[in-house]
Amino acid sequence: MILKKNIATSDSGFIFNPSTGDSYSSNPIGSEILQLLKQGNTPQEIKKVILEKYDVENGQFERDWDDFKNQLKEANLIEL
Amino acid sequence: MNTSSPKLVVAVTGLNAIDSPGPGVAVIRSLRDHFGNDIRIIGLSYETLEPGIYLHDVVDKTYQIPYPSAGAEALYHRLQYINSIENLSVLIPNFDAELYNFIKLIPSLDTLGISTFLPTLEQFDARDKINLYRFGSEYGLDVPKDKVIYNVNELYTCAEELGYPLVVKGKFYDAIIAHTMEQAQKAFYKLSAKWGFPIIVQQFITGTEINIAVLGDGKGNTISAIPMRKLYITDKGKAWAGITLEDDALIGLAHKFVQSTNWKGGCELEIMRTQEGRPFIMEVNPRFPAWIYLTAASGQNQPASLVRMAIGEEVPPFKTYDVGKIFIRYSWDHITTVEEFQKISAFGEL
Repeated sequence: MILKKNIATSDSGFIFNPSTGDSYSSNPIGSEILQLLKQGNTPQEIKKVILEKYDVENGQFERDWDDFKNQLKEANLIEL
Repeated sequence: MNTSSPKLVVAVTGLNAIDSPGPGVAVIRSLRDHFGNDIRIIGLSYETLEPGIYLHDVVDKTYQIPYPSAGAEALYHRLQYINSIENLSVLIPNFDAELYNFIKLIPSLDTLGISTFLPTLEQFDARDKINLYRFGSEYGLDVPKDKVIYNVNELYTCAEELGYPLVVKGKFYDAIIAHTMEQAQKAFYKLSAKWGFPIIVQQFITGTEINIAVLGDGKGNTISAIPMRKLYITDKGKAWAGITLEDDALIGLAHKFVQSTNWKGGCELEIMRTQEGRPFIMEVNPRFPAWIYLTAASGQNQPASLVRMAIGEEVPPFKTYDVGKIFIRYSWDHITTVEEFQKISAFGEL
């Protein structure tokens, strides 16, 4: 899962797709995941970071992760 | 800047900055951005309540000109008179309906010393919505299938070949989406009564509406192409806000269009990008769009480049522009006096 290279993101969670003109906003965790994706981390590496940093059950996180991935896919922001 | 040299005098039409705006005021704003005080703007108006006439920091002087239906000769005589006072350097027409007369007058305007930078009549006719499908097929551009019809009974063949919904379009303006034969027939009668014949029946394409402002040098080179997605659309289908996009496929399409046609001057490609990302050309407007100032704001001042080419300067193609630049249109109640209104109404000048 790679964030498309021209997607602009900000620390505040604002996401802009310059190819379509669409913009979105994400919550702080979503924003952190996007930054990690931009830095070239793999999904496995990102999951490890989040699970270590936050108090979250693995099963719950996997469900949230799939949901977030689907939203990114739907918004045409990632290449799978 | 050299203040001793004579000012560039540019005449501009389309001063109707209304809810369905003409491009004139935006063109002038772009020119003033580039040329600063070294330009004098002459407005050419048709109606007495075109807002640009009364905006004296936008237009230095306005003259009324005859409606396009009066013909090219009447227009020429009026321009000859205006030129005898103003010594025009360049003229930029901005309405579809007036372009035919202005293009016909290019040689006569040349002899008056007035430069233009307009498409040829062949280029103008080829992109006409009546010929658009043939035009697309010829140059390998994606254009929705259509049929040009004169008789209401031909709608049955259209429905068979194109499928529902059908887009029924008037010769000059307006489009109605018809989901049944009854709706298509109603649209046919309504549009033919308003705009005459023929009626264009087009295949319906769904997707994202994108417009591209394009400037061609007449030799196949694209000087500028700026794609914009409408963010807010009025009930007349006009952009009230829009954003510049980065998309190589759209820029490539603009280059292909200019190269295929040797397009000279400004134009606007109306694009529908399908879910699969395929860009269809829905219409080609043969002049700058009303949102043209966005090109100047994002780093490719198309109106100024057109004027520079019209006066014989070499303008190299732009390479970059700001992506994510947004325009938001707004309305403003400009106050004027009955004396001003009387001057333009009675004397045709202000």
